[in-house]
Amino acid sequence: MSRAGAQTFVYDRPPVIAAHASLAGPKEGEGPLAAWFDELLEDDLLGQKSWELAEMEMVRRCVQRALDGAELAAEDVHALLGGDLNNQIIATSFAARSLGIPFLGLYGACATFVEALVLASALISAGDLGNAVCSASSHFCTAERQFRFPLELGTQRPPQASWTATACGSAVLLPHGAPGRLRVAAGTVGRVVDLNITDTNHMGAAMAPAVFDCIAAHLADLRRTAEDYDLIATGDLGWIGRNLLLALADRAGVGLPPEKLVDCGASLYSQEQDPHAGGSGCGCVASVSCGWLMKRLERGEFRRLLLVGSGAMLSPTSSQQGQSVPGIAYAACIEGGND
Amino acid sequence: METLWTFAKAFVVGGLICDVGQALILHTKLTNARILVIFVVSGALLTGLGLYKPLVDFAGAGATVPLTGFGYSLAMGAIEAVNRYGWIGAFSGGVARAAAGVTAAVVFGLANALLFTPKAKR
Amino acid sequence: MNRQPFSPGEYRALVARMTPKSRFLRGYLRAFWVGGAICCLGQALTLWAETLHLGEVTAPMFTTGVLILLGTTLTGIGVYDRIGKYAGAGSAIPVTGFANSVAAPAIEFRREGPVTGVGARLFTLAGPVLAYGIATSVLVGLVYWLGKGGAA
Repeated sequence: MSRAGAQTFVYDRPPVIAAHASLAGPKEGEGPLAAWFDELLEDDLLGQKSWELAEMEMVRRCVQRALDGAELAAEDVHALLGGDLNNQIIATSFAARSLGIPFLGLYGACATFVEALVLASALISAGDLGNAVCSASSHFCTAERQFRFPLELGTQRPPQASWTATACGSAVLLPHGAPGRLRVAAGTVGRVVDLNITDTNHMGAAMAPAVFDCIAAHLADLRRTAEDYDLIATGDLGWIGRNLLLALADRAGVGLPPEKLVDCGASLYSQEQDPHAGGSGCGCVASVSCGWLMKRLERGEFRRLLLVGSGAMLSPTSSQQGQSVPGIAYAACIEGGND
Repeated sequence: METLWTFAKAFVVGGLICDVGQALILHTKLTNARILVIFVVSGALLTGLGLYKPLVDFAGAGATVPLTGFGYSLAMGAIEAVNRYGWIGAFSGGVARAAAGVTAAVVFGLANALLFTPKAKR
Repeated sequence: MNRQPFSPGEYRALVARMTPKSRFLRGYLRAFWVGGAICCLGQALTLWAETLHLGEVTAPMFTTGVLILLGTTLTGIGVYDRIGKYAGAGSAIPVTGFANSVAAPAIEFRREGPVTGVGARLFTLAGPVLAYGIATSVLVGLVYWLGKGGAA
């Protein structure tokens, strides 16, 4: 394992993404990325008794699907790394209970999936794990009742509010793979950054500084520029947050060409679906990267992707006590295998 | 004609009171719960100052149906009970007058939770 | 190492500039007509109560009760949240909105059981309204009593 700079892992033996799976809810299934998901849910409850159990079932199915893709049995998996937005990450831990896989529960808010990729890649590259599956999920109905309001309450959401995606994404990492497979080449662990945004609806504004900090650290640590990447994909900044990130980069003199920057949350829904600022939630970057981005990378549409998960580290307690919303970001450099 | 005028008054006054709430939603970061509390408390205080009763006499349901009207009921109940029973009425009159509304909300709320499940939003 | 090109104050100003505003006029118009319409419904119920020979005290109770029944039922069948999204304060401020704020958490938390779920959550939004409404009414009553000279 070699390190670069203060925050970046450069994997000596870059792990291979052997398989990935994505699953999305009914609203996401009406959005512009619908065709890229492996499974679309028709029912938000998945025949379960509660929203939380529905999310757990979503994770279980998605992880199983990824394992099937990698032709790996659950009992042979060395670790499941992942999390969700529920208190004590119950969706993922309960799914881990059903799957019987050794479990490393992570919480990086909506950046959890990329946090899992960065960490799992380090453990595999170092030889501590022989394989791993990374997963993250979110469900509109579990997030809404925990962070916002009961579903049936008649409220108006402001234009800067985001829509929590009902979605899950899972990826299986192996030390080696067939030529042509995607590899995780480097990962950057972001810092928690807080520019004193107190509007808990405005996640994009709260997270953009952390995303900027993480991208700038990644580029500085590796002595690269945005030109070294074909695409930079942020997690769930939304339309407003994406513009804020561009403004931050511009002011700081870090070249970030707008045509290279996509945001998963801003891509998940169309404006007609009224998601306000765009999609959010752990499942947003997980499903969009495992569906849309990795598939396009495998097709050779682009060669090197910088995937930057973004998270807002707030809780109902911190916001009720009037605290500002700190942001976090993790970045993973994912490369296509065809040299 | 007189009925029409009654309805017109209720419509305009009720609509304007709601627009005060809309102003709070649009221009402040106040949450729903805080806005509802502000309305009930202001209704009760305005009643205590003798300012809300004239509005009720003028606009009828236009003034009693918004949540300021709930504050009006509470405060009027307290005032009337003070007239009848002295200071102790201040502690009984408000809830007594609002009892039917509160009970309806609790009972129908409970019944709803028995009958219905929450539905996902699109 | 601080890489941020903006101070928190500058960033706050940037965020304010780049965040689209709600559509104010549309918001006010919708709140006005829906709120006014619910009040007219209340007025109609009051007139109906008069034909039922309900007294000055019971007629408002009847009106409030029917509006609350309507508010909770529309909440239960999943309609009130849509009205609320359209009308904002127009449906939140009338007593039907109070009913919605009681019924919505009760339904949402039914899976946490009848006592700690439904029973406790019933008052998550209505509780503060009752607490401060009742406290203010006591205050108003006491001040009124003092104003009268404090006689029993």
